[in-house]
Amino acid sequence: MGGIPLFPEAASSFASEVDALYLFIVAVSAFFTVAVSIAVVVFGIKYRRKHAEEIGAHIEGSLPLELAWSIIPTIILMVMFGWGAKLFYEMRVPPDETLQIYAVGKQWMWKFQHTGGQREINELHVPMGRPIKVLVTSEDVLHDLYFPAFRTKIDAIPGRYSQLWFTATKAGRYRIFCAEYCGTKHSGMIGSVVVMEPPQYQAWLAGGGTEGTMAERGAKLFNDLACNTCHLDSGQGRGPSLKDIIGKPVELAGGGTALVDEGYLRESILNSQAKVVKGFAPLMPTFQGLISEEGLAALIEHIKSLSPQATTSAPALVPAAATISSTPDAPAQGAQR
Amino acid sequence: METPVYPAHNYLSNGHTLRSWLLTKDHKRIAVLYLISISAFFFLGGLFAVGIRLELTTPQGDLFQPDTYNKFFTLHGVIMVFLFLIPSVPAVLGNFLIPPMIGAKDLAFPRINLLSWYLYIIGGLFTLFAIVAGGVDTGWTFYTPYSATSSSSNVAPVALGVFIAGFSSILTGLNFIVTIHRMRAPGLHWFKLPLFVWAHYATSLIQVLGTPVIAITIVMLFVERAFGFGIFDPQRGGDPVLFQHLFWFYSHPAVYIMILPALGVISELVSTFSRKRIFGYSFVAFSSLAIAVFGFIVWAHHMFVAGISVYAAMVFSFLSFSVAIPSAVKVFNWAATMYRGSISFEAPMLYVYGFFGLFLIGGLTGLFLATLGTDIHLHDTYFVVAHFHYIMVGGAIMGYLGGLHFWWPKIFGRMYSEFWSRIAAILVFVGFNLTFFPQFLLGYLGMPRRYHMYPDEFQVLNVLSSAGASILGLGYLIPVIYFAWSLKYGEVAGNNPWGASGLEWRTQSPPLTENFTEVPTDIPEAYEYTPKVVREAKLV
Repeated sequence: MGGIPLFPEAASSFASEVDALYLFIVAVSAFFTVAVSIAVVVFGIKYRRKHAEEIGAHIEGSLPLELAWSIIPTIILMVMFGWGAKLFYEMRVPPDETLQIYAVGKQWMWKFQHTGGQREINELHVPMGRPIKVLVTSEDVLHDLYFPAFRTKIDAIPGRYSQLWFTATKAGRYRIFCAEYCGTKHSGMIGSVVVMEPPQYQAWLAGGGTEGTMAERGAKLFNDLACNTCHLDSGQGRGPSLKDIIGKPVELAGGGTALVDEGYLRESILNSQAKVVKGFAPLMPTFQGLISEEGLAALIEHIKSLSPQATTSAPALVPAAATISSTPDAPAQGAQR
Repeated sequence: METPVYPAHNYLSNGHTLRSWLLTKDHKRIAVLYLISISAFFFLGGLFAVGIRLELTTPQGDLFQPDTYNKFFTLHGVIMVFLFLIPSVPAVLGNFLIPPMIGAKDLAFPRINLLSWYLYIIGGLFTLFAIVAGGVDTGWTFYTPYSATSSSSNVAPVALGVFIAGFSSILTGLNFIVTIHRMRAPGLHWFKLPLFVWAHYATSLIQVLGTPVIAITIVMLFVERAFGFGIFDPQRGGDPVLFQHLFWFYSHPAVYIMILPALGVISELVSTFSRKRIFGYSFVAFSSLAIAVFGFIVWAHHMFVAGISVYAAMVFSFLSFSVAIPSAVKVFNWAATMYRGSISFEAPMLYVYGFFGLFLIGGLTGLFLATLGTDIHLHDTYFVVAHFHYIMVGGAIMGYLGGLHFWWPKIFGRMYSEFWSRIAAILVFVGFNLTFFPQFLLGYLGMPRRYHMYPDEFQVLNVLSSAGASILGLGYLIPVIYFAWSLKYGEVAGNNPWGASGLEWRTQSPPLTENFTEVPTDIPEAYEYTPKVVREAKLV
């Protein structure tokens, strides 16, 4: 057994804390398993039946004992819950400054796009020491983007973006798995993430991406799909101006507000009638089926490039639906940061 | 001591034709029908597990085609969950024992009880049809949109089978609830009931309240597949995650349908083989109800990585921990029951010891999955597979087998081989641990579940697991032989071979069709062990 490792490689800023929490729960579990096992074995030996007609002592129970073995485990479990919830919050809410990558799962491969325009299949190159946010979706069924060495994963859900983030801390090549069953070649949907020192990463970036950045490709699509005929920068067009909108709430025609993030943009392109901005007629056609996931991501990157002060990443926390507030006056969640 | 005589008149001698069995309204005969049918499905489901473990001895997918493998784990799950585990303890042991335990002649609705069995069989036949027609490959969870749009396998017949079998479960639950309320012998108030009955009452509540939700979900899936409704498919405006909410709203409580009755069995066994009243009776009784209630509000812990909001995840994590407490309370009370008992180690008690080890590990490893920070890493890995097998196989099947060994002499009136039953219990325990413990390690190393091929570094642990499975399989096969042998050649058991205190042990073995010659009136406290009870036990 000496040759079997107990932990996968630890290559992200979360990995050591996830391992520490794991070991804490292992210790608690081992304690209770051993304690109860010793009790039942010792009782079994000490109180084994000595003669055929022997009976046990008459004992009803004990309220103090019942309270003790309800309350003490509850306290231990609350520590576990609190630690796990804190770590989860850190793992799910990315910092404001991140390098963004788009990932699309399809039967049976992972497609990655970098904002610089580089595209990869089943391989992902990332720099060490920099927070990286991955926006994940699927072209067909559910998948799950899983990086065991980073101790994180998220489902790829068709029709919406979900996200994860990590900071890689150790250069090397690690596995990517699909962790949500997706049909015939589910187990073949594996790849690798290559963590590089920043200079090597820069060299890698320079080596590819001849089609221009994602925003540039998006700008071309913006014209090709005739988005530019309505979404004028002046705000005088039939659709709202898309300048400087990222990370801000907009008022909706039906009441309420929506935070403009990748999820909102995605929904507004594919299902344009869902959340129409107040003051505009619902004229926009749906682009469902007319644009690929990669094209959609490029278009979103283009729109984001129109909000230069919103930096590289909007604080998209959860799918767009969760950022709608029910009352028109309440600020949208996340808008206050 | 007199030698017990096998009673000439009993429920088994009351008709020998096929018709007398297929049209019976006797809860005991229906229990035997269930025993035969769930055993058949158990071994069929086990056969698919054999295929899975054989394939996984090597990293390459070299034994079966990927689609075949995917069908194997799907059918293994569907059969074991819906056609074996859910009916196992309630439909066999609960059906047989609840009436005599409460001094009744039968369940409240004998005809509905028979209808339940027929519905179960029809549901099972749909599943068998799907297997013959080429199988199904969605996983037992039927996640959309794969099951709704993508899979070309036999989703509809299997879903229909699960739908129909669900009604069997609802009707059984309803029957038990009414029976426990209305059919207790005079003087048998709630706090004199065996904890087995309390556990079944809690289980029945889940069956009646939860099962309709899976039925509705299956209907939605069915109309989506058949008529192209856009309920779950995002291409048609549906929400694929909605399916997961609906599915787990039933299927998480369903875990407690599988485990609670087994916990009831363990209460009976610990008490009987310690010859002692259960420690903290009312705490054990109410913990069953607490588990049933809390079980309904933890479903989204199956979805922590499915894009639900951070705050929703925190609420469901917190609630999930609340289920751990009543489960822990039960374990502590069982251990305390053994203190100053008079403990003996026949086969049923060996299953109790095995249960302690496996249920502890199964329950405690649930904490890793309720804890958000660790679940992100462990979700959908072999850690989860190992965890739920420790609960459902380690907990529920150890309880079921312990109960079957305990009540076998009551059901059929004869004893089985003491030696072989102990050997089998030990083989099951050792084989189980060797099969599933390595899977915890595989899970933390990152091996995802439902993988037909896997990277080389996972092979050693997978080979250990497959080796364990062969021992486990042997442990499950040996009882078939000695149980069958006992039916004809086993020593006559007498009314009460274990010196147990329950009402069911006061009547003959096998019981009369009416269970008792007259309604029991002198109802003792539950688990009342006196020298008199034990001295009279071995007598006829």
